[in-house]
Amino acid sequence: MSSRVPAWLIGVAVLVYLFLHIPILVLMIFSFNNSKFSVDWRGFTMQWYHRLLERPDILRGLRISLIVGGAATVISAVLGTMIALALARHRFRGRRLFEGFLYVPIVTPEIVVGISLLILFALIKFPLGVTTITIAHVAFCISFVVVVVLARLEGMDQTLEEAAMILGADEVTTFWKVTVPQLWPGILAGALLAFTMSFDDYVITSFVSGSGSSTLPIVVYSMVRRNVEPSINAISTIIIVVTAILIYLADRLVRNK
Amino acid sequence: MRRWRERILRWLHRRPEAGAWALLFPGALWLVAFFLVPILIMLAYSVMPRGIYGGVTRGFTLEHYARFFDPLYLEVLERTFVWSVACTLICLVLGYPVAYVIVRSGRWRNLLMFLVVLPFWTSFLVRTFAMIFLMRDTGLINNWLLKLGVVHEPLTILYTPFAVMAGLVYGFLPFMILPIYASLEKLDLSLLEAAEVLGARPRARFRRVTLPLSMPGVVAGCLLVFIPALGSFLTSDLLGGAKEMMIGNLVQNQFSSARNWPFGSAASFIVMALVLAAVMIYFRVRDKGQTESLR
Repeated sequence: MSSRVPAWLIGVAVLVYLFLHIPILVLMIFSFNNSKFSVDWRGFTMQWYHRLLERPDILRGLRISLIVGGAATVISAVLGTMIALALARHRFRGRRLFEGFLYVPIVTPEIVVGISLLILFALIKFPLGVTTITIAHVAFCISFVVVVVLARLEGMDQTLEEAAMILGADEVTTFWKVTVPQLWPGILAGALLAFTMSFDDYVITSFVSGSGSSTLPIVVYSMVRRNVEPSINAISTIIIVVTAILIYLADRLVRNK
Repeated sequence: MRRWRERILRWLHRRPEAGAWALLFPGALWLVAFFLVPILIMLAYSVMPRGIYGGVTRGFTLEHYARFFDPLYLEVLERTFVWSVACTLICLVLGYPVAYVIVRSGRWRNLLMFLVVLPFWTSFLVRTFAMIFLMRDTGLINNWLLKLGVVHEPLTILYTPFAVMAGLVYGFLPFMILPIYASLEKLDLSLLEAAEVLGARPRARFRRVTLPLSMPGVVAGCLLVFIPALGSFLTSDLLGGAKEMMIGNLVQNQFSSARNWPFGSAASFIVMALVLAAVMIYFRVRDKGQTESLR
Protein backbone atom coordinates (compact mmCIF):
# COMPACT_ATOMS: atom_id res chain seq x y z
CA MET A 1 0.00 0.00 0.00
CA SER A 2 1.21 3.46 -0.83
CA SER A 3 1.71 4.74 2.69
CA ARG A 4 1.34 8.40 1.88
CA VAL A 5 -0.66 9.48 4.87
CA PRO A 6 -0.89 13.29 4.93
CA ALA A 7 1.16 14.85 7.71
CA TRP A 8 -1.78 16.70 9.21
CA LEU A 9 -3.64 13.39 9.67
CA ILE A 10 -0.68 11.96 11.56
CA GLY A 11 -0.68 15.15 13.61
CA VAL A 12 -4.33 14.70 14.55
CA ALA A 13 -3.70 11.04 15.44
CA VAL A 14 -0.74 11.95 17.66
CA LEU A 15 -2.84 14.55 19.49
CA VAL A 16 -5.66 12.06 20.03
CA TYR A 17 -3.23 9.48 21.41
CA LEU A 18 -1.83 12.08 23.79
CA PHE A 19 -5.37 13.01 24.85
CA LEU A 20 -6.18 9.33 25.48
CA HIS A 21 -3.07 8.51 27.47
CA ILE A 22 -1.65 11.60 29.14
CA PRO A 23 -4.34 11.86 31.85
CA ILE A 24 -3.68 8.26 32.91
CA LEU A 25 0.10 8.64 32.76
CA VAL A 26 -0.02 11.82 34.85
CA LEU A 27 -2.27 10.09 37.35
CA MET A 28 0.19 7.20 37.66
CA ILE A 29 3.29 9.42 37.92
CA PHE A 30 1.78 11.46 40.73
CA SER A 31 1.00 8.34 42.74
CA PHE A 32 4.75 8.42 43.52
CA ASN A 33 4.87 12.13 44.38
CA ASN A 34 6.06 13.00 47.87
CA SER A 35 3.39 15.61 48.62
CA LYS A 36 -0.15 15.32 49.87
CA PHE A 37 -1.64 18.43 48.28
CA SER A 38 0.71 19.77 45.67
CA VAL A 39 0.90 18.79 42.03
CA ASP A 40 4.51 19.96 41.97
CA TRP A 41 7.01 17.13 41.90
CA ARG A 42 8.52 16.77 45.41
CA GLY A 43 10.46 13.59 44.96
CA PHE A 44 9.78 9.87 44.74
CA THR A 45 7.89 8.03 47.45
CA MET A 46 6.05 4.76 47.92
CA GLN A 47 4.17 6.02 50.97
CA TRP A 48 0.76 6.24 49.24
CA TYR A 49 1.01 2.57 48.41
CA HIS A 50 1.95 1.75 52.00
CA ARG A 51 -1.02 3.82 53.18
CA LEU A 52 -3.36 1.60 51.14
CA LEU A 53 -2.34 -1.39 53.22
CA GLU A 54 -3.43 0.45 56.37
CA ARG A 55 -6.93 1.04 55.08
CA PRO A 56 -9.34 -1.75 56.02
CA ASP A 57 -12.07 -0.45 53.66
CA ILE A 58 -9.79 -0.75 50.64
CA LEU A 59 -8.50 -4.18 51.58
CA ARG A 60 -12.04 -5.35 52.23
CA GLY A 61 -13.24 -3.85 48.94
CA LEU A 62 -10.41 -5.58 47.12
CA ARG A 63 -11.31 -8.91 48.73
CA ILE A 64 -14.98 -8.57 47.78
CA SER A 65 -14.06 -7.50 44.23
CA LEU A 66 -11.85 -10.57 43.85
CA ILE A 67 -14.54 -12.91 45.22
CA VAL A 68 -17.26 -11.41 43.01
CA GLY A 69 -14.94 -11.19 40.00
CA GLY A 70 -13.81 -14.80 40.40
CA ALA A 71 -17.32 -16.20 40.80
CA ALA A 72 -18.82 -14.05 38.02
CA THR A 73 -15.96 -14.98 35.68
CA VAL A 74 -16.29 -18.74 36.20
CA ILE A 75 -20.09 -18.73 35.91
CA SER A 76 -20.25 -16.46 32.86
CA ALA A 77 -17.37 -18.31 31.15
CA VAL A 78 -19.15 -21.66 31.54
CA LEU A 79 -22.61 -20.41 30.58
CA GLY A 80 -21.28 -18.23 27.76
CA THR A 81 -19.20 -21.07 26.29
CA MET A 82 -22.24 -23.37 26.36
CA ILE A 83 -24.34 -20.79 24.51
CA ALA A 84 -21.56 -20.24 21.96
CA LEU A 85 -21.33 -24.02 21.34
CA ALA A 86 -25.08 -24.24 20.83
CA LEU A 87 -25.03 -21.34 18.36
CA ALA A 88 -22.02 -22.58 16.41
CA ARG A 89 -22.88 -26.29 16.22
CA HIS A 90 -26.63 -26.55 16.26
CA ARG A 91 -29.53 -25.40 14.16
CA PHE A 92 -32.66 -24.76 16.16
CA ARG A 93 -35.87 -22.80 15.98
CA GLY A 94 -35.65 -19.19 17.17
CA ARG A 95 -31.88 -19.08 16.67
CA ARG A 96 -31.83 -15.66 14.98
CA LEU A 97 -34.10 -14.19 17.60
CA PHE A 98 -31.95 -15.54 20.42
CA GLU A 99 -28.78 -14.20 18.78
CA GLY A 100 -30.38 -10.77 18.58
CA PHE A 101 -31.43 -10.99 22.22
CA LEU A 102 -27.82 -11.80 23.21
CA TYR A 103 -26.62 -8.43 21.92
CA VAL A 104 -29.18 -6.40 23.85
CA PRO A 105 -27.28 -6.55 27.21
CA ILE A 106 -24.16 -5.24 25.43
CA VAL A 107 -25.92 -2.09 24.23
CA THR A 108 -28.14 -1.50 27.26
CA PRO A 109 -26.90 1.43 29.38
CA GLU A 110 -25.52 0.28 32.72
CA ILE A 111 -27.84 2.52 34.66
CA VAL A 112 -30.89 0.72 33.18
CA VAL A 113 -29.45 -2.70 34.07
CA GLY A 114 -28.61 -1.49 37.57
CA ILE A 115 -31.96 -0.04 38.55
CA SER A 116 -34.00 -2.81 36.94
CA LEU A 117 -32.07 -5.38 39.00
CA LEU A 118 -32.50 -3.24 42.12
CA ILE A 119 -36.28 -3.26 41.54
CA LEU A 120 -36.26 -7.04 41.03
CA PHE A 121 -34.29 -7.73 44.22
CA ALA A 122 -36.46 -5.32 46.20
CA LEU A 123 -39.62 -6.93 44.85
CA ILE A 124 -38.63 -10.50 45.80
CA LYS A 125 -37.08 -9.15 49.05
CA PHE A 126 -33.69 -10.63 48.26
CA PRO A 127 -31.08 -8.99 50.55
CA LEU A 128 -28.45 -6.98 48.66
CA GLY A 129 -24.89 -8.23 49.02
CA VAL A 130 -22.15 -10.30 47.40
CA THR A 131 -24.73 -12.67 45.86
CA THR A 132 -26.73 -9.94 44.14
CA ILE A 133 -23.56 -8.27 42.84
CA THR A 134 -22.37 -11.58 41.40
CA ILE A 135 -25.76 -12.26 39.78
CA ALA A 136 -25.69 -8.80 38.15
CA HIS A 137 -22.10 -9.17 36.92
CA VAL A 138 -22.80 -12.56 35.34
CA ALA A 139 -25.84 -11.04 33.59
CA PHE A 140 -23.73 -8.41 31.81
CA CYS A 141 -20.65 -10.63 31.22
CA ILE A 142 -22.33 -13.63 29.51
CA SER A 143 -22.93 -11.87 26.18
CA PHE A 144 -19.29 -10.72 25.93
CA VAL A 145 -18.03 -14.26 26.58
CA VAL A 146 -20.38 -15.62 23.89
CA VAL A 147 -19.07 -13.11 21.33
CA VAL A 148 -15.40 -13.96 22.02
CA VAL A 149 -15.85 -17.76 22.17
CA LEU A 150 -18.11 -17.77 19.09
CA ALA A 151 -15.41 -15.94 17.11
CA ARG A 152 -12.93 -18.65 18.06
CA LEU A 153 -15.37 -21.47 17.26
CA GLU A 154 -16.11 -20.05 13.83
CA GLY A 155 -12.42 -19.95 12.96
CA MET A 156 -11.84 -23.49 14.23
CA ASP A 157 -11.13 -26.52 12.11
CA GLN A 158 -13.91 -29.08 12.56
CA THR A 159 -12.11 -31.88 10.71
CA LEU A 160 -10.17 -32.79 13.86
CA GLU A 161 -13.42 -33.51 15.65
CA GLU A 162 -14.66 -35.56 12.72
CA ALA A 163 -11.39 -37.50 12.70
CA ALA A 164 -11.74 -38.27 16.41
CA MET A 165 -15.28 -39.54 15.89
CA ILE A 166 -14.24 -41.70 12.93
CA LEU A 167 -11.45 -43.15 15.08
CA GLY A 168 -14.10 -44.28 17.55
CA ALA A 169 -14.31 -41.56 20.20
CA ASP A 170 -17.85 -40.74 21.31
CA GLU A 171 -19.17 -37.16 21.62
CA VAL A 172 -18.13 -36.72 25.24
CA THR A 173 -14.55 -37.87 24.69
CA THR A 174 -14.27 -35.85 21.49
CA PHE A 175 -15.55 -32.77 23.30
CA TRP A 176 -13.08 -32.95 26.19
CA LYS A 177 -10.07 -34.25 24.25
CA VAL A 178 -10.43 -32.33 20.97
CA THR A 179 -12.90 -29.45 21.12
CA VAL A 180 -12.03 -27.97 24.53
CA PRO A 181 -8.21 -27.92 24.03
CA GLN A 182 -8.69 -26.09 20.71
CA LEU A 183 -11.28 -23.75 22.15
CA TRP A 184 -9.34 -23.01 25.33
CA PRO A 185 -7.68 -19.72 24.24
CA GLY A 186 -11.10 -18.32 23.31
CA ILE A 187 -12.64 -19.33 26.64
CA LEU A 188 -9.68 -17.88 28.53
CA ALA A 189 -9.84 -14.60 26.59
CA GLY A 190 -13.56 -14.35 27.27
CA ALA A 191 -12.95 -15.08 30.95
CA LEU A 192 -10.23 -12.40 31.21
CA LEU A 193 -12.53 -9.81 29.66
CA ALA A 194 -15.36 -10.87 31.97
CA PHE A 195 -13.09 -10.49 35.00
CA THR A 196 -11.94 -7.06 33.83
CA MET A 197 -15.52 -5.88 33.42
CA SER A 198 -16.57 -7.25 36.78
CA PHE A 199 -13.51 -5.82 38.53
CA ASP A 200 -14.04 -2.35 37.01
CA ASP A 201 -17.80 -2.02 37.24
CA TYR A 202 -19.09 0.82 39.35
CA VAL A 203 -22.52 1.88 38.03
CA ILE A 204 -24.40 -1.44 38.14
CA THR A 205 -22.68 -2.52 41.37
CA SER A 206 -23.64 0.72 43.11
CA PHE A 207 -27.33 -0.23 42.79
CA VAL A 208 -27.13 -3.87 43.84
CA SER A 209 -24.53 -3.79 46.63
CA GLY A 210 -25.60 -3.72 50.25
CA SER A 211 -24.03 -1.69 53.02
CA GLY A 212 -21.41 -4.29 53.99
CA SER A 213 -20.52 -5.40 50.50
CA SER A 214 -18.69 -2.49 48.87
CA THR A 215 -16.46 -3.59 46.02
CA LEU A 216 -13.20 -1.78 45.27
CA PRO A 217 -14.75 0.63 42.70
CA ILE A 218 -17.45 1.58 45.24
CA VAL A 219 -14.75 2.39 47.82
CA VAL A 220 -12.74 4.34 45.24
CA TYR A 221 -15.85 6.30 44.22
CA SER A 222 -16.54 7.38 47.79
CA MET A 223 -12.86 8.41 48.14
CA VAL A 224 -13.10 10.50 44.95
CA ARG A 225 -16.31 12.08 46.22
CA ARG A 226 -14.79 13.06 49.57
CA ASN A 227 -11.57 14.64 48.38
CA VAL A 228 -8.71 14.13 46.01
CA GLU A 229 -5.81 12.49 47.81
CA PRO A 230 -2.70 10.69 46.49
CA SER A 231 -3.97 7.33 47.82
CA ILE A 232 -6.56 7.40 45.02
CA ASN A 233 -3.73 7.79 42.52
CA ALA A 234 -2.03 4.77 44.06
CA ILE A 235 -5.07 2.49 44.01
CA SER A 236 -5.95 3.72 40.51
CA THR A 237 -2.44 2.88 39.33
CA ILE A 238 -2.81 -0.65 40.69
CA ILE A 239 -6.19 -1.07 38.96
CA ILE A 240 -4.78 0.25 35.66
CA VAL A 241 -1.75 -2.04 35.78
CA VAL A 242 -3.86 -5.12 36.61
CA THR A 243 -6.30 -4.27 33.77
CA ALA A 244 -3.46 -3.67 31.31
CA ILE A 245 -1.91 -7.07 32.09
CA LEU A 246 -5.24 -8.90 31.74
CA ILE A 247 -6.10 -7.12 28.48
CA TYR A 248 -2.63 -7.78 27.09
CA LEU A 249 -3.03 -11.50 27.84
CA ALA A 250 -6.55 -11.62 26.34
CA ASP A 251 -5.27 -9.77 23.26
CA ARG A 252 -2.45 -12.30 22.80
CA LEU A 253 -4.87 -15.22 23.17
CA VAL A 254 -7.30 -13.83 20.60
CA ARG A 255 -4.53 -13.14 18.09
CA ASN A 256 -2.81 -16.56 18.32
CA LYS A 257 -5.25 -18.51 16.21
CA MET B 1 -21.69 -44.85 34.64
CA ARG B 2 -20.65 -45.92 31.17
CA ARG B 3 -24.09 -47.40 30.39
CA TRP B 4 -25.79 -44.13 31.33
CA ARG B 5 -23.46 -42.17 29.18
CA GLU B 6 -24.28 -44.32 26.17
CA ARG B 7 -27.98 -44.10 26.87
CA ILE B 8 -27.91 -40.31 27.10
CA LEU B 9 -25.87 -40.04 23.92
CA ARG B 10 -28.26 -42.35 22.06
CA TRP B 11 -31.18 -40.26 23.27
CA LEU B 12 -29.46 -37.10 22.08
CA HIS B 13 -28.84 -38.62 18.66
CA ARG B 14 -32.56 -39.10 18.19
CA ARG B 15 -33.29 -35.51 19.23
CA PRO B 16 -30.63 -33.19 17.78
CA GLU B 17 -32.44 -30.09 19.06
CA ALA B 18 -32.37 -31.35 22.65
CA GLY B 19 -28.59 -30.97 22.79
CA ALA B 20 -28.83 -27.37 21.65
CA TRP B 21 -31.48 -26.56 24.23
CA ALA B 22 -29.49 -28.22 27.02
CA LEU B 23 -26.50 -26.02 26.14
CA LEU B 24 -28.59 -22.89 25.87
CA PHE B 25 -30.86 -23.36 28.82
CA PRO B 26 -28.74 -22.27 31.83
CA GLY B 27 -27.33 -19.14 30.20
CA ALA B 28 -30.63 -18.20 28.57
CA LEU B 29 -32.44 -18.68 31.88
CA TRP B 30 -29.92 -16.37 33.60
CA LEU B 31 -30.37 -13.67 30.96
CA VAL B 32 -34.16 -13.94 31.05
CA ALA B 33 -34.38 -13.94 34.85
CA PHE B 34 -31.77 -11.26 35.55
CA PHE B 35 -31.94 -9.07 32.47
CA LEU B 36 -35.21 -9.35 30.54
CA VAL B 37 -37.62 -9.86 33.46
CA PRO B 38 -36.15 -6.96 35.53
CA ILE B 39 -36.54 -4.60 32.57
CA LEU B 40 -40.15 -5.71 32.12
CA ILE B 41 -40.79 -5.15 35.84
CA MET B 42 -39.19 -1.72 35.51
CA LEU B 43 -41.54 -0.98 32.63
CA ALA B 44 -44.50 -2.05 34.78
CA TYR B 45 -43.29 0.17 37.64
CA SER B 46 -43.16 3.16 35.31
CA VAL B 47 -46.92 3.02 34.70
CA MET B 48 -48.00 2.37 38.30
CA PRO B 49 -48.98 5.00 40.91
CA ARG B 50 -46.37 5.88 43.49
CA GLY B 51 -46.73 4.17 46.90
CA ILE B 52 -46.01 5.58 50.33
CA TYR B 53 -42.46 4.32 50.90
CA GLY B 54 -41.11 4.98 47.45
CA GLY B 55 -42.58 1.79 46.03
CA VAL B 56 -45.72 1.43 43.92
CA THR B 57 -49.39 0.66 44.44
CA ARG B 58 -51.87 -1.09 42.17
CA GLY B 59 -53.28 0.78 39.25
CA PHE B 60 -52.31 2.26 35.92
CA THR B 61 -51.12 5.80 35.26
CA LEU B 62 -49.10 7.72 32.73
CA GLU B 63 -48.39 10.58 35.13
CA HIS B 64 -44.69 9.71 35.43
CA TYR B 65 -44.21 10.06 31.70
CA ALA B 66 -46.35 13.21 31.66
CA ARG B 67 -43.96 14.79 34.16
CA PHE B 68 -41.33 14.95 31.44
CA PHE B 69 -43.28 17.77 29.84
CA ASP B 70 -42.36 19.84 32.88
CA PRO B 71 -39.74 22.36 31.59
CA LEU B 72 -37.34 21.24 34.31
CA TYR B 73 -37.26 17.64 33.06
CA LEU B 74 -37.66 18.58 29.42
CA GLU B 75 -34.42 20.48 29.83
CA VAL B 76 -32.68 17.39 31.22
CA LEU B 77 -33.90 15.31 28.28
CA GLU B 78 -32.86 17.96 25.79
CA ARG B 79 -29.42 18.39 27.37
CA THR B 80 -28.83 14.63 27.41
CA PHE B 81 -29.78 14.34 23.75
CA VAL B 82 -27.83 17.37 22.54
CA TRP B 83 -24.70 16.43 24.49
CA SER B 84 -24.83 12.83 23.29
CA VAL B 85 -25.09 13.99 19.68
CA ALA B 86 -22.29 16.53 20.17
CA CYS B 87 -20.08 13.93 21.86
CA THR B 88 -20.72 11.49 18.99
CA LEU B 89 -19.78 14.08 16.35
CA ILE B 90 -16.60 15.13 18.17
CA CYS B 91 -15.59 11.49 18.57
CA LEU B 92 -16.20 10.91 14.85
CA VAL B 93 -14.08 13.90 13.82
CA LEU B 94 -11.24 12.84 16.15
CA GLY B 95 -11.61 9.08 15.75
CA TYR B 96 -11.76 8.70 11.98
CA PRO B 97 -8.26 10.10 11.33
CA VAL B 98 -6.86 7.84 14.06
CA ALA B 99 -8.44 4.70 12.57
CA TYR B 100 -7.19 5.77 9.13
CA VAL B 101 -3.64 6.27 10.38
CA ILE B 102 -3.60 2.94 12.28
CA VAL B 103 -4.64 0.97 9.18
CA ARG B 104 -1.72 2.50 7.26
CA SER B 105 0.84 2.33 10.05
CA GLY B 106 2.55 -0.90 8.93
CA ARG B 107 4.58 -2.53 11.68
CA TRP B 108 3.29 -0.09 14.32
CA ARG B 109 -0.24 -1.33 13.76
CA ASN B 110 -0.46 -3.85 16.62
CA LEU B 111 1.00 -1.43 19.14
CA LEU B 112 -1.24 1.44 18.05
CA MET B 113 -4.28 -0.85 18.20
CA PHE B 114 -3.35 -2.00 21.68
CA LEU B 115 -3.08 1.64 22.76
CA VAL B 116 -6.71 2.13 21.70
CA VAL B 117 -7.95 -1.14 23.20
CA LEU B 118 -6.32 -0.41 26.55
CA PRO B 119 -8.35 2.70 27.45
CA PHE B 120 -11.42 0.92 26.05
CA TRP B 121 -11.11 -1.61 28.88
CA THR B 122 -9.63 0.58 31.60
CA SER B 123 -11.95 1.35 34.50
CA PHE B 124 -14.24 4.22 33.57
CA LEU B 125 -14.19 5.45 37.15
CA VAL B 126 -10.38 5.64 37.19
CA ARG B 127 -10.31 7.44 33.85
CA THR B 128 -12.88 9.95 35.08
CA PHE B 129 -10.78 10.51 38.18
CA ALA B 130 -7.79 11.17 35.92
CA MET B 131 -9.80 14.01 34.36
CA ILE B 132 -10.57 15.44 37.81
CA PHE B 133 -6.90 15.27 38.71
CA LEU B 134 -6.04 17.37 35.65
CA MET B 135 -8.94 19.80 35.65
CA ARG B 136 -9.66 20.74 39.26
CA ASP B 137 -8.72 24.19 40.57
CA THR B 138 -5.51 22.89 42.13
CA GLY B 139 -4.98 20.38 39.32
CA LEU B 140 -2.13 20.04 36.91
CA ILE B 141 -3.57 22.21 34.12
CA ASN B 142 -4.19 25.16 36.43
CA ASN B 143 -0.84 24.62 38.12
CA TRP B 144 0.98 24.97 34.80
CA LEU B 145 -1.15 27.83 33.55
CA LEU B 146 -0.38 29.75 36.76
CA LYS B 147 3.33 29.00 36.55
CA LEU B 148 3.57 30.04 32.94
CA GLY B 149 1.75 33.24 33.87
CA VAL B 150 -1.06 32.62 31.40
CA VAL B 151 -3.60 33.17 34.15
CA HIS B 152 -3.27 34.78 37.58
CA GLU B 153 -5.94 32.82 39.37
CA PRO B 154 -7.05 29.25 38.69
CA LEU B 155 -9.55 28.76 35.87
CA THR B 156 -12.76 26.99 36.76
CA ILE B 157 -12.65 23.99 34.45
CA LEU B 158 -14.15 21.29 36.60
CA TYR B 159 -17.93 21.32 37.20
CA THR B 160 -18.64 23.05 33.90
CA PRO B 161 -20.33 21.77 30.71
CA PHE B 162 -16.89 21.83 29.10
CA ALA B 163 -15.57 19.38 31.69
CA VAL B 164 -18.48 16.99 31.10
CA MET B 165 -18.03 17.11 27.33
CA ALA B 166 -14.28 16.55 27.65
CA GLY B 167 -14.98 13.62 29.97
CA LEU B 168 -17.56 12.08 27.63
CA VAL B 169 -15.27 12.34 24.59
CA TYR B 170 -12.31 11.03 26.59
CA GLY B 171 -14.42 8.14 27.84
CA PHE B 172 -16.05 7.02 24.61
CA LEU B 173 -13.51 7.87 21.89
CA PRO B 174 -12.11 4.28 21.71
CA PHE B 175 -15.67 3.05 20.95
CA MET B 176 -15.56 5.13 17.77
CA ILE B 177 -12.05 4.20 16.65
CA LEU B 178 -12.40 0.40 16.91
CA PRO B 179 -15.34 -0.18 14.49
CA ILE B 180 -14.04 2.37 11.96
CA TYR B 181 -10.67 0.63 12.06
CA ALA B 182 -12.38 -2.73 11.51
CA SER B 183 -14.18 -1.50 8.38
CA LEU B 184 -11.13 0.32 6.97
CA GLU B 185 -9.01 -2.79 7.50
CA LYS B 186 -11.38 -4.85 5.35
CA LEU B 187 -11.28 -2.30 2.55
CA ASP B 188 -10.20 -3.84 -0.73
CA LEU B 189 -7.04 -1.93 -1.68
CA SER B 190 -7.33 -2.84 -5.36
CA LEU B 191 -10.36 -0.54 -5.51
CA LEU B 192 -8.16 2.37 -4.47
CA GLU B 193 -5.52 1.38 -7.00
CA ALA B 194 -8.17 1.20 -9.69
CA ALA B 195 -9.37 4.68 -8.75
CA GLU B 196 -5.79 5.93 -8.90
CA VAL B 197 -5.16 4.36 -12.30
CA LEU B 198 -8.38 5.90 -13.55
CA GLY B 199 -7.02 9.29 -12.54
CA ALA B 200 -8.82 10.03 -9.28
CA ARG B 201 -6.86 12.45 -7.10
CA PRO B 202 -6.27 11.54 -3.41
CA ARG B 203 -9.15 13.70 -2.22
CA ALA B 204 -11.58 12.11 -4.69
CA ARG B 205 -10.28 8.62 -3.85
CA PHE B 206 -11.06 9.23 -0.22
CA ARG B 207 -14.45 10.82 -0.79
CA ARG B 208 -15.73 8.37 -3.43
CA VAL B 209 -14.10 5.06 -2.39
CA THR B 210 -12.71 4.97 1.15
CA LEU B 211 -15.41 6.97 2.90
CA PRO B 212 -18.46 5.18 1.42
CA LEU B 213 -16.91 1.75 2.06
CA SER B 214 -16.10 2.62 5.68
CA MET B 215 -19.66 3.81 6.35
CA PRO B 216 -20.66 0.60 8.20
CA GLY B 217 -17.85 1.27 10.68
CA VAL B 218 -18.80 4.93 10.99
CA VAL B 219 -22.43 4.06 11.71
CA ALA B 220 -21.46 1.35 14.22
CA GLY B 221 -19.02 3.70 15.92
CA CYS B 222 -21.59 6.48 16.19
CA LEU B 223 -24.02 4.02 17.76
CA LEU B 224 -21.42 2.71 20.21
CA VAL B 225 -20.65 6.27 21.36
CA PHE B 226 -24.19 7.65 21.28
CA ILE B 227 -25.70 4.86 23.39
CA PRO B 228 -23.39 4.99 26.43
CA ALA B 229 -23.39 8.79 26.20
CA LEU B 230 -27.19 8.78 26.49
CA GLY B 231 -27.06 6.57 29.55
CA SER B 232 -23.95 8.12 31.04
CA PHE B 233 -24.03 8.86 34.71
CA LEU B 234 -20.52 8.87 36.18
CA THR B 235 -19.14 11.61 33.91
CA SER B 236 -21.80 14.21 34.65
CA ASP B 237 -21.93 13.06 38.27
CA LEU B 238 -18.21 13.61 38.93
CA LEU B 239 -17.23 16.27 36.38
CA GLY B 240 -20.43 18.30 36.11
CA GLY B 241 -21.95 20.73 38.54
CA ALA B 242 -25.52 20.67 39.83
CA LYS B 243 -26.64 22.39 36.63
CA GLU B 244 -25.23 19.75 34.29
CA MET B 245 -27.63 16.94 35.18
CA MET B 246 -28.16 14.29 32.53
CA ILE B 247 -30.95 11.73 32.46
CA GLY B 248 -28.72 9.10 34.06
CA ASN B 249 -28.29 11.37 37.09
CA LEU B 250 -32.03 11.96 37.20
CA VAL B 251 -32.64 8.19 37.29
CA GLN B 252 -30.04 7.72 40.02
CA ASN B 253 -31.57 10.54 42.11
CA GLN B 254 -35.02 8.99 41.98
CA PHE B 255 -33.63 5.74 43.32
CA SER B 256 -31.48 7.25 46.05
CA SER B 257 -32.50 10.57 47.61
CA ALA B 258 -35.85 11.31 45.93
CA ARG B 259 -37.21 7.79 46.49
CA ASN B 260 -39.60 8.00 43.59
CA TRP B 261 -39.08 4.62 41.96
CA PRO B 262 -41.89 4.78 39.38
CA PHE B 263 -40.68 8.16 38.08
CA GLY B 264 -37.11 6.84 38.00
CA SER B 265 -38.34 3.78 36.10
CA ALA B 266 -40.09 5.99 33.56
CA ALA B 267 -36.90 8.02 33.05
CA SER B 268 -34.89 4.84 32.72
CA PHE B 269 -37.35 3.41 30.22
CA ILE B 270 -37.05 6.56 28.11
CA VAL B 271 -33.29 5.92 27.96
CA MET B 272 -33.94 2.30 26.97
CA ALA B 273 -36.45 3.34 24.28
CA LEU B 274 -33.97 5.86 22.80
CA VAL B 275 -31.30 3.14 22.76
CA LEU B 276 -33.57 0.65 21.02
CA ALA B 277 -34.55 3.33 18.49
CA ALA B 278 -30.86 4.01 17.80
CA VAL B 279 -30.21 0.27 17.31
CA MET B 280 -33.19 -0.01 14.90
CA ILE B 281 -31.85 2.90 12.85
CA TYR B 282 -28.46 1.16 12.81
CA PHE B 283 -29.92 -2.06 11.38
CA ARG B 284 -31.96 -0.07 8.85
CA VAL B 285 -28.87 1.81 7.63
CA ARG B 286 -26.71 -1.32 7.61
CA ASP B 287 -29.19 -3.43 5.64
CA LYS B 288 -29.74 -0.60 3.18
CA GLY B 289 -25.97 -0.26 2.75
CA GLN B 290 -25.64 -3.99 2.10
CA THR B 291 -28.31 -4.10 -0.60
CA GLU B 292 -26.79 -1.03 -2.22
CA SER B 293 -23.31 -2.49 -2.33
CA LEU B 294 -24.72 -5.63 -3.94
CA ARG B 295 -26.03 -3.64 -6.86
